[in-house]
Amino acid sequence: MNYTLLGKKLGMTQVYGSDNEVVPVTVLQAGPCPVLQVKTVESDGYNAIQIGFDSKKDKNASKAALGHAKKAGVAHAPRVIKEVRSPEAIDATPGDVLDVSKFEVGKKVDVIGNTKGKGFAGVMKRFNTKGGPASHGSMFHRRIGSIGLCQWPGHVFKNQKMPGHMGAKQRTIQNLEIVSIDAEKNLILVKGGIPGANGDTVMIRSSIKAKK
Amino acid sequence: MNAVVNEVTKEHLKADVTPFKVGDGVKVHTRVVEGGKERIQIFAGIVIALKGSGINRTFTVRRISYGEGVEKVFPVHSPLISQIEVDKESKTMRARMYYLRDLVGKKAMQVKEKRLAKGKH
Repeated sequence: MNYTLLGKKLGMTQVYGSDNEVVPVTVLQAGPCPVLQVKTVESDGYNAIQIGFDSKKDKNASKAALGHAKKAGVAHAPRVIKEVRSPEAIDATPGDVLDVSKFEVGKKVDVIGNTKGKGFAGVMKRFNTKGGPASHGSMFHRRIGSIGLCQWPGHVFKNQKMPGHMGAKQRTIQNLEIVSIDAEKNLILVKGGIPGANGDTVMIRSSIKAKK
Repeated sequence: MNAVVNEVTKEHLKADVTPFKVGDGVKVHTRVVEGGKERIQIFAGIVIALKGSGINRTFTVRRISYGEGVEKVFPVHSPLISQIEVDKESKTMRARMYYLRDLVGKKAMQVKEKRLAKGKH
């Protein structure tokens, strides 16, 4: 299984690298993530672990959530709970706490998060189409233009680029280099940007494609 | 900016940056590595802008080189800058001295100099 943590995007800044060059970094708070439940093929039909992140106040948590946390030996109900599947059986027990210690500086990670929502967007913003001239009486500015042919084929082709909802989708950024790790504060600095706004919840996992 | 994010950059900040202002004449000593050897390159000119804060702070130095205006932007906290010398202190009425770009000849490098108190120089 690829080692996975839940975390929070704190923001971007820059640091100086080993060659004194400027490195753009995203600061992530990663974990600590308590294991709430371990699922196996025998009991659930698939292998997975359920991990939590952050905590809710007891008065804001439902009794079910509190009971679920208590069963795993976790004091408060986590704010975020996610399941991580794995093809093989996972060596973990409920109550274990996952943290940044298994990541290494220089290794690659994938970061999964939701992009910022842009609302209902036109084709120029959503698909980078050209649009028309702004002036000289063109009367064709940011519109979509032709969407197809005439009697043949008699319908609009699939995947025709049209206005619609943009953003607020889950996206994965692969192979981001770990620039530094602060185990005490549970911080990871990765090179480059990641989806979402500051404060959004993200998933950080050891890269599935990077060569070891 | 997030306080934690600011904290991360703390170790990359220089503790002893020579204080200088917009309008000052400076000599910026940069470390250049060529073929495994390191030497110091000096870029002298007038500071025409200071931008950003914290680790993002940069300054722009302008000079006239062979009759052509040249500007270089340096990060204040870059480890490649070994020294910043302040030659001339100035008295400016601007935060950004972009008007120098439109001037030619002698005027292009003239900035009102600060009259220093006696004995200071």
